[in-house]
Amino acid sequence: MNGIVAYGSYLPYFRLDRKAIGDSLGASADKGTRSVASYDEDTTSMAVEAARAALRSAPAARPATLYFATTAPAYLDKTNATAIHAALDLDAGTAAFDMLGSVRSGAGALRAAADAGRPTLVALSDIRTGLPGGADEREGGDGAVAFLLAGDSRDAPTLATLVASASVTTEFLDRWRLPGEPASRQWEERFGEHAYVPLGTAAVAEALKQAGLAATAVTRWVVTGPHGRASRRVAASIGAVKGTIVDDLASSVGNTGAAHAGLLLADALDRAKPDETIAVVSLADGCDVTIWRTTAALAPRSRPATVAVQAAAGVPVSYATALTWRGFLQREPPRRPDPERPAAPPSFRAESWKFAFTGSRCLACGARHVPPQRVCVKCHAMDRMAPERLADVPATIATFTVDRLAYSLSPPVVAAVIDFEGGGRFQCELTDVDPAAVKIGDRVEMTFRRLFTAGGVHNYFWKARPLRSR
Amino acid sequence: MASNGIRDRVAIVGMGCTAFGERWDQGVNDLLVDAAKDALASAGVELRDVDAFWLGTLYSGQSGLTLSRPLKIDYKPVSRLENYCATGSEAFRNACYAVASGAYDVAMAIGVEKLKDSGISGLPGFTAPGDGTRAGLTAPATFSLLAPAYAKRYGVDDATLKEVMTRIAWKNHKNGALNPRAQFRKEVPKDTIACSPLVAGPLGIFDCSGVSDGSAAAIIVRAEDARRYTDTPLYVKALSFVAGPAAGPMDPDYDYTTFPEVVASATDAYAQAGIKDPRQELAMAEVHDCFTPTELVLMEDLGFASRGTAWKEVLAGTFDLDGELAVNPDGGLKSFGHPIGASGLRMLFEAWLQLRGEAGQRQVASIARGRKLALTHNLGGAPGECVSFVSVVGSERSA
Repeated sequence: MNGIVAYGSYLPYFRLDRKAIGDSLGASADKGTRSVASYDEDTTSMAVEAARAALRSAPAARPATLYFATTAPAYLDKTNATAIHAALDLDAGTAAFDMLGSVRSGAGALRAAADAGRPTLVALSDIRTGLPGGADEREGGDGAVAFLLAGDSRDAPTLATLVASASVTTEFLDRWRLPGEPASRQWEERFGEHAYVPLGTAAVAEALKQAGLAATAVTRWVVTGPHGRASRRVAASIGAVKGTIVDDLASSVGNTGAAHAGLLLADALDRAKPDETIAVVSLADGCDVTIWRTTAALAPRSRPATVAVQAAAGVPVSYATALTWRGFLQREPPRRPDPERPAAPPSFRAESWKFAFTGSRCLACGARHVPPQRVCVKCHAMDRMAPERLADVPATIATFTVDRLAYSLSPPVVAAVIDFEGGGRFQCELTDVDPAAVKIGDRVEMTFRRLFTAGGVHNYFWKARPLRSR
Repeated sequence: MASNGIRDRVAIVGMGCTAFGERWDQGVNDLLVDAAKDALASAGVELRDVDAFWLGTLYSGQSGLTLSRPLKIDYKPVSRLENYCATGSEAFRNACYAVASGAYDVAMAIGVEKLKDSGISGLPGFTAPGDGTRAGLTAPATFSLLAPAYAKRYGVDDATLKEVMTRIAWKNHKNGALNPRAQFRKEVPKDTIACSPLVAGPLGIFDCSGVSDGSAAAIIVRAEDARRYTDTPLYVKALSFVAGPAAGPMDPDYDYTTFPEVVASATDAYAQAGIKDPRQELAMAEVHDCFTPTELVLMEDLGFASRGTAWKEVLAGTFDLDGELAVNPDGGLKSFGHPIGASGLRMLFEAWLQLRGEAGQRQVASIARGRKLALTHNLGGAPGECVSFVSVVGSERSA
């Protein structure tokens, strides 16, 4: 059976203060913040960032399958996992599947990876929206998490072994959304609670039974789901030792939907020591429970971008801006031509460049080229290039500008000429950046983003952001 | 650079230039007819006397029909060409070569652009279907990349650099105020320029050339025939055009304080014209001041100031109308706007007026003192990836 051999998490840079919602709408204000995906992010781009973090800790891993789960897919009818596959530069022989639409997709993807007989990458990503003033808007959060599940190996030892799993499924109407609608609907809250609590206690009892463990043996309990009240009731009823129910990040991040149980598991793994038992109880249209045992391999891992570090970072975003980014507030566009939609054939030809950020290196003189070239800019050698991926190479700002005229959902556009460590230069947009703070010499790293959507086509590509994650 | 040049082999014997601006009442056809009519009258020829035509336009039409249709040209060669913002100069260059080759006796170079019909700010895009990975920066943003790089390299603080940029805009508007054909015909106080709303980087609105419509044309003949048309022809001393490898955005050795393409084309042009010290030998220069940092850097690239000193020379007034070398005496792109296909020929039109002593209030004093050469410089693209054109014309044919 597969265990977790690598994982990574991604939280967007922006935080919406719930008080700002209350102040704007003249309603009572909740405490805390929620995470907000930037205007240039979607569930696909955030999944890429989380999966990059996971794969960085297991560079030799070659996943055979990629599962992507979200309630907010960027595309329907077209697989989204293929863009993630391309951005991660996975082998062409690696399958890529979407598991879309419901929060439970996240638990399903993790379960499928655990049951798979071969290395499997799971990316769970969500952007949670709701109508202005509603609980979903307030309590939701945006973020992503990725797990690589595989057998134990020297290159990628198992960090956590799956000890047991159990599921209970029942059909009932707690929350739902018709395709195309901007927000979900929910039945009366007390009905959901009535339906969920017995499912949760039954699934937990079954998983503990299979593991041969008492509830008191579990050192960290993750209990979560879109129905907050039901989750809290289940958490209170399973016999957990006091203090072992982990914080659900409600006060800083919010509930990240299909990613949330995984995100809390990643947070638990960030904090766990070897030989701990972690139980994950996901209440979404039923209940899915997994019980994990951490291994000695967890201890020596360096954990630079933990969930906690990312949750504590971030900068405020105004409510009006957050509404604009999610399409709830249509703003006057600049008097500039709309961006051109990326064309399919050139994007297809440029897959390794556009998605994987693969440049080229001249075999004659060693000069790096971004984007890849056929003729060397330095020595003019022709067709003597080897591909070289620069997605994980840091860079330094050579010069920059703040473009207040260019089209953007979130003006101004900040752009820079960046020089990569080890050679190579590129001109690109900066993101997650304060325009007033950019300086020549600042260090940046590449991040996968959705630049814009034009003509119904999402334009995925890379931007640079101030180096903070490593 | 392997370039032989055609020094003194062709001459300009007539020019026309429309008023530039928001010409809501004039279409592309009107602008072309006006510029062509003026150029023909200036040379004292009829349309039927012109053997071949080169039309420069970036957006305002395709094919030679764009010109032959409104002018009703009867079955003659009309080439339409484009080379970014140097399009007008490129039309002129090709027409000169055609005459120099002996293929035609009389050629017309004409440039036009109708930018104000698009309904947008700045320039429209002009990209083929792509993969969406090219940074979608506007023109002011790409040229603004020069500002922090220049400031950092030469230790100029932000406030001083802004003062330098402001003075360039102020100088060009001051010149343009004296020009009846300019889009903007009034002086602008330095405070207004310095405090104008930011467009890109440190560039305010007044650091950017305007968006306008316009057209200009020249009649070109063999040098030995020139006196048949006018007593005061301009002889073409040098024509240089280069396209760079567009290495700047991918080569870390490029530092965004120079246009290597301009250096190459200027060096070539000076060699063709036999110019050793442009600052001492030229009477005036029309340069591509699309944005104020561009003009700053051009002063060094064209050899008017040594590296790292142009900012001081600008502040000292070296390039003012009454300075040591008048730069953009007609007001430049700053006062005329930049109807792409027309600008290169509009620059040449000022050389035409100045070297013939017809520039009125803008007349550059050094011409009366014996300077006989003028330079036009036109570039297209962005720092690190551009095309550059330099011409030198003179009022005397070398013996």
